[in-house]
Amino acid sequence: MGSETLLFYAFAAVAVVASLLVIAQRNPIHSVLLLIASFGALSGLYVLLDAPFVAVIQIIVYAGAIMVLFLFVVMLLNAPHEETDFDERVHPLLRPGPMRFGALLAGLLVAELIWAIDRGPETVEFANRSVSSVAEIGQSLFTDYMFTFEVTSILILVAMVGAVVLARREEPDR
Amino acid sequence: MTPLLAGQIVLTLVVFAALLSSAAAMVYFERKVAALLQQRVGPYLVGPKGLLQPLADVVKLMFKEELRPRAADAFLFALAPIIAATCAFAAFAVVPFGGETTLLGLIPEGLRLQVADVNVAVLVIFAISSMSVYGIVLAGWSSNSKYSLLGGLRSSAQMISYELSYGLALASVLVVANSLSLTDIVHRQAGTWLGFIPRWFLFIQPLGFVIYLTAGVAETNRAPFDFPEAEQELVAGYHTEYSSMSFAMFFLAEYVNMVTVSAVATDLYLGGWHGPFLSDSFGWVWFLLKVAALLFFYVWMRWTLPRYRYDQLMRFGWKVLLPLSVVNLLVTAAAVLYFGL
Repeated sequence: MGSETLLFYAFAAVAVVASLLVIAQRNPIHSVLLLIASFGALSGLYVLLDAPFVAVIQIIVYAGAIMVLFLFVVMLLNAPHEETDFDERVHPLLRPGPMRFGALLAGLLVAELIWAIDRGPETVEFANRSVSSVAEIGQSLFTDYMFTFEVTSILILVAMVGAVVLARREEPDR
Repeated sequence: MTPLLAGQIVLTLVVFAALLSSAAAMVYFERKVAALLQQRVGPYLVGPKGLLQPLADVVKLMFKEELRPRAADAFLFALAPIIAATCAFAAFAVVPFGGETTLLGLIPEGLRLQVADVNVAVLVIFAISSMSVYGIVLAGWSSNSKYSLLGGLRSSAQMISYELSYGLALASVLVVANSLSLTDIVHRQAGTWLGFIPRWFLFIQPLGFVIYLTAGVAETNRAPFDFPEAEQELVAGYHTEYSSMSFAMFFLAEYVNMVTVSAVATDLYLGGWHGPFLSDSFGWVWFLLKVAALLFFYVWMRWTLPRYRYDQLMRFGWKVLLPLSVVNLLVTAAAVLYFGL
């Protein structure tokens, strides 16, 4: 086994274990930190794929900017433990409305993962171009993947509008 | 082991030792300059002209007791200063500080004075500086003390706000240089205009330089933007509960960060190691002089300007600095497109 394969397994193991531990934590701050560790490992994987630009962007955008904001919000709320307003002993599928929906989605994700793993490895050349060049990434982002790119930005806009709606206080009746 | 590899290992160790001692030197320098500005003498007892004062400080810190509040999160409390110090040192790894040298013919091939030549060096520095906020935030949170928490919160808000302007100032330089590699950026600044004006990006990006320096001060939490540790309001901010060597690591991180910000500014705006009179293999002398000048500017500013109010800092960051840096980037990009610099 070459050193690159070893590194791949090391990074992959950190990414998977950290992600699993994220949902196993009671303290939200620890969850955030484990998610950052997972992002760091992903960034290592990108370096192994010879895409240093994507690796650094992964750190800047996710680990650097978004997670700092996350941590900021969690600290501001200063919630030491997750509060649950349902009986934790009840099986997730038997809990009221939204919880059951979440459990359903989780089940769907597991089914999809099994399907994906079952399909086996699949090698797709990145349009026969190198991913290390910044100009190439920019070109393909604004030509081949234009639609996906714009749809993603709309997704973020939706999240933003949603956050504003959720945070808005009801005006008292005058 | 080839001579080049040996040279690189030695170089790495030298850079590490130099950064460590630069922090000690900065402590002495800062106290002496502060004394000068306030018409005092400054440290003078330990060693000739007080030169051994930083050493005495280190010894004192080492022999102090390591304290931890009982309700603190033990693991994160210990991790936070390590993150701060690691990020501070790691960022310097991609900073080139001199041209190729053969160490006066000691090694056959030219050794490039840079620990790691990464082709996205500018972004690596930005990424590491954005990670360093975690050291401060976690220190503030894990101490389980209200002053620490407030300091940590302020620091994260401040760093998020000023990182945007910092990044946009970097982006403008990237557009002018058309490269993400710091070595390339320095090479673009070789030579002179009209025979006497050096081709520094400072003259193409004067506004960008001012934005970079201002945001750099905010990023390193130095006065007049030192809110995370504003002593009148927060005791000592995020490191209130720290003592002994874990406090020393925060202290070290702050000074090393200052050196790194100045070194990057030298590479981006002041032509790196290029200068008259000296050959390329001795360019690091110019580099050191430029970094020292910027560090003096930092110290000078700290002891001249009073601390801003917190809302002033936020307003300045979002309503003045950010729009300015966006305009700067747009104008730069338009100029490069139109004139093809």
